[in-house]
Amino acid sequence: MSTYVLSDSWTMTRRELAHWARQPVQVVVGLVFPVMMLLMFGYLIGGGREVKGEYVDFLVPGMLALTMAFGLEGTMTAVTQDLNKGVVDRFRSMPMANSAVLVGRSVADMLQSALGLAVVIAVGYAIGWRAHGGLGAALGAVGLLLLLRFAMLWIGIFLGMVAGRPEMVQAVQILVWPVGFLSNAFASPESMPEWLGTVVEWNPMSATATAVRDLFGNPGGEPGHMAAAIIWPVALVAVFFPLAVRKFQALSR
Amino acid sequence: MTDAIVVEGARKRYGEKRALDGLDLRVAQGTVHGVLGPNGAGKTTTVRMLATLLRADEGKIEVAGHDVRTRAREVRRRVGLLGQHAAVDEELGGRQNLEMFGRLYHLGAKRAGARADELLERFGLADTGRKPVKQYSGGMRRRLDLAASLITEPAVLFLDEPTTGLDPRGRAEVWASVRSLVGGGTTVLLTTQYLEEADQLADRISVVDRGRVIAEGTADGLKSQVGGDRIDVVVRHAEQLRRAAALLPGETAVDEDRRLVSAPVTDRMAALAGAVRALEDAGIEAEDIALRRPTLDEVFLTLTGGRETAEVTA
Repeated sequence: MSTYVLSDSWTMTRRELAHWARQPVQVVVGLVFPVMMLLMFGYLIGGGREVKGEYVDFLVPGMLALTMAFGLEGTMTAVTQDLNKGVVDRFRSMPMANSAVLVGRSVADMLQSALGLAVVIAVGYAIGWRAHGGLGAALGAVGLLLLLRFAMLWIGIFLGMVAGRPEMVQAVQILVWPVGFLSNAFASPESMPEWLGTVVEWNPMSATATAVRDLFGNPGGEPGHMAAAIIWPVALVAVFFPLAVRKFQALSR
Repeated sequence: MTDAIVVEGARKRYGEKRALDGLDLRVAQGTVHGVLGPNGAGKTTTVRMLATLLRADEGKIEVAGHDVRTRAREVRRRVGLLGQHAAVDEELGGRQNLEMFGRLYHLGAKRAGARADELLERFGLADTGRKPVKQYSGGMRRRLDLAASLITEPAVLFLDEPTTGLDPRGRAEVWASVRSLVGGGTTVLLTTQYLEEADQLADRISVVDRGRVIAEGTADGLKSQVGGDRIDVVVRHAEQLRRAAALLPGETAVDEDRRLVSAPVTDRMAALAGAVRALEDAGIEAEDIALRRPTLDEVFLTLTGGRETAEVTA
């Protein structure tokens, strides 16, 4: 039956794509949100930051990392909604590959995030951000960002199943903000009080942002963060992927 | 006749609560079996176990000849499930839903599409077009849900409270659909809180309470255990209530607050005519006289010997 994993996963992915087609406004809002944040920080709040070089060059990679981190909310919301509507019960009562439910979710969310990256990069370019590290390095940076998103995906799937209810999702949605902002996305840790700077440097998102800045040749990038930017997300996946799968199987308990 | 569903000694605990406490069930192939009971009796737990969604702690459960635990996939190929909550994708349209489920049953794209059209036609949903399911009425949603359960023409169909929350029209629609399935050889297991529904649709009925079957039989058999139909008389003047009760045959029940006396009847029409005449002769003014089926409350009171059933909503 495992021969059906691919075709079933594709069917489940198509389901998500059909949702997009049904609700284009929601998709556009999702894509515009990080752009709004980018413009807000770039023009309203930014400028005065003590960061070497142009703030926009510092900000765009941080915004890209933040966009990936915030993807967690979307994944979690979608998982909770599915579970609450009973449609997952039907999937589970059918002779399909059960893993396809989670794989379909993953593929669709990764596609959406890739699109989100493209939009932020395009708008960043329009407001003066430039990558100086060459094409290979830029692709590497995109790879690191998607790796971070992949980690957030499995955290989101797990938390979505644990939360179970839309009210719980809201609580997590609020908590995502401080976690997202306690990073070097908008400001360099050197400009912060020491304890805060330490917290920020340990944030997995900061590792990705620093490595991505380095690969783009942007200010705030330091060589040597590549390992952390890979190890953090991989470690998170290693923890949350099995947890999520177990939780999914435990639905029958 | 072989049994399409066999449950022996099924148990399921959630912490301290025993959802199923040694439930036994046998359903002959090609019949409709009603599982009747109040909220929390274990009906949904039973259906979810039969449909491989939930594992029993103990007990043997076989559906369509396969063990639900060890051969879940074989079972899944042969069953359809209509749960309490519409198990369809609300954002998508009816056809999109059915086509998606058809693909997931591995019919292939072409057959999945054809089957979707066929089922939409059969359940009167052919003109719904691209309208998302969330804009459907309750009855339409249930019909689509039912259509989705029938994509592979399952050998066994589970209907978990298929009409709960529907208005009378929606209920009639679902009943009609279920009736049209019977005779096609499908075995149907139906849970319900309504005696009338089990009566209308089921060949045999298991009454469940606190996770076990407390009575089993045909609708008529159960009703004769409970005393069959009843006649209710509401008198105008409270002081005539006792006299009215004495005029009615059998063991009567008196409700002072509602000025109501209730008695069991066997021959409905004769009992009605007899009661009207007797009351008139005695000069007792009746406000209302009605024949009715026993309520689930009464079935329960009788079967459990009057044990407290405050949670029953009949």
